[in-house]
Amino acid sequence: MYSAPFEYVRASSWPEAVDLLEGGGEDARVIAGGQSLVPMMMLRLAAPSLLVDVSAAADRSVDLVDAELVLSALVRHADIEHSEVVRGSCPMLTEAVTHIGNVRVRHRGTIGGSLAHGEPTAELATVAVAEGATVTVLGPGGERAIPAGDLFVTHFTTSLEPGEVVTAVRFPVPGGRRGSSFQEIARRAGDFALVEAAATVALDEDDRCLSVRLVVGAVSDRPVDVSQAARPLIGERIGEDAVGEVARAVAAEIEVGPHTHAGREYRRRLVSVLAGRALLTAADRAAGAVHTDHGNGARA
Amino acid sequence: MSKHEIALEVNGRPVSATVDPNMSLLELLRTEAGGLEVKLGCGEGVCGTCTVLLDGEPVNSCLTFAVQVDGRAVTTVRGLAAEGELHPLQEAFLTHAGSQCGFCTPGMLLTAKWYLDRHPRADREELRSALSGNFCRCTGYTKILDAIEAYRDARQEVSVVD
Repeated sequence: MYSAPFEYVRASSWPEAVDLLEGGGEDARVIAGGQSLVPMMMLRLAAPSLLVDVSAAADRSVDLVDAELVLSALVRHADIEHSEVVRGSCPMLTEAVTHIGNVRVRHRGTIGGSLAHGEPTAELATVAVAEGATVTVLGPGGERAIPAGDLFVTHFTTSLEPGEVVTAVRFPVPGGRRGSSFQEIARRAGDFALVEAAATVALDEDDRCLSVRLVVGAVSDRPVDVSQAARPLIGERIGEDAVGEVARAVAAEIEVGPHTHAGREYRRRLVSVLAGRALLTAADRAAGAVHTDHGNGARA
Repeated sequence: MSKHEIALEVNGRPVSATVDPNMSLLELLRTEAGGLEVKLGCGEGVCGTCTVLLDGEPVNSCLTFAVQVDGRAVTTVRGLAAEGELHPLQEAFLTHAGSQCGFCTPGMLLTAKWYLDRHPRADREELRSALSGNFCRCTGYTKILDAIEAYRDARQEVSVVD
C-alpha cells in the first residue's frame, strides 16, 4: 500500500517544528510514532502535503516535579508501560496503555501523538480527562496549557490551532488515600474499544468518599466526563448498591453513538457494567492504598 | 516529492538507498536490501507479519517510512542466526510444528525472541499477551506457544548449567 506523495522534514527542536509546520501550510502534519496517522495515510483517509518528524525534537523524559507527573509528548506507550515512576504516581496510565494496539504499536506510538490525533476511542484521551491532565502546546503565538477536557472537540478534531504542537502532558499527583481504575471492552485484544470507563476515588480516614471522577470513553465523539452523576457517592462509604445506581444512571443518560459491530443497547449496558467496575475497583484500591506522597493507588 | 539519501544497518550489514518519503521500511527491506523474508500482511499495523526489530524493538515495517529509519539498525528474521543455520527458537518451531504455511512465522519468531530476551521466565499467558498482535490463520496458536515455551525452557536449562 502506498500513501499519497508527501514531503518529509525533521525538526530538531519544538520551536523548529512550529516553524516548519507554519511554513508547510494547512496540510502539514506532525509525525512522531505514526501508528495512527500512517494507517490513515495508507488507506488514503489522510493525505498530508508535508510530514514534520518531531521524534528528535526532545527527549522521552518522564519526571515527577512538584506533585505533577510531567511526560514529554514523545513518551511512548511502552515507556509508560514499563515506567516505575508512572506506576507509582499515575497507575491509571500504566493500566490503560496495555489496551493500546499491540507491542509494535506501543513501541512507536507516543502520548502527544495520541492526544493530538483526537481519536474518540483513544485510551490516553480518556485517562487524560479522568486524571485532569493538562496538555502543554507550542505554537506560532507561544506556549499555552490546555486542560485535557477542553482539548477534544469531536472525531479527529482538537482545539489545537494550526501550527501548534503538543510538547508535554502533565498529570496531577495528589497524595492521600486515592485509587483509580481503567476498564475497557474491545472485540479482541488490541482492537478499538467498544466502551471505556475511567474512575478515580479519594477516601478520608473513615473510608468515606472525599471526591470522585468518572469518565466514559469510546461511546461518543470524545471522552465524556460524567463525574457529576457520581456526586451522590461523596460523603458515603462506597458500596455496590450506590455504585450500581450511579452506573445505571450514567448509562441511561449518556449519548451512545452508532457502531458497526455493536448495538446501542449493548454498549449502553457495557457503560453501566464498566462504570460500576471502575468505581468499585478505584474505591477498593483507595481503601487498600498505603499513605504515600505519590498517592499510589495500585495494590501491591 | 523530494528524494532522501538514507543509510541504515540491516542484520549488521550497511544498506544505503535513495528513497521517496512514502516508501515504507517494508518495501525498502524487500527491494533495496534483498529482505524477501519480510512479509506484507494487512498493511495497517494489525497482523504482525511484517514485524522487524528496530534498534532491538519490534515495529511494524509497513507503518514505518524508510526515511524515518536513517541511521538506525534493523533486524529481520534472517538476522537471528548465521547464514545457513537456524536459531534454537526456529528449531523449536520445527520440532513443535509451530509453522504451517509459514507466512506469519518471521513476525512470530522476532516478537517471541524479543519478548523472551526481556522476560526470560514469561509464562504462557504473558506470551499470549505479547503475541496478541501477531495473527496466524493456520496453527490455532497452540503449537506456536508450545514451541516458544520449549525454547524458553531449553534456554533456562542452558543458563543454569552455565
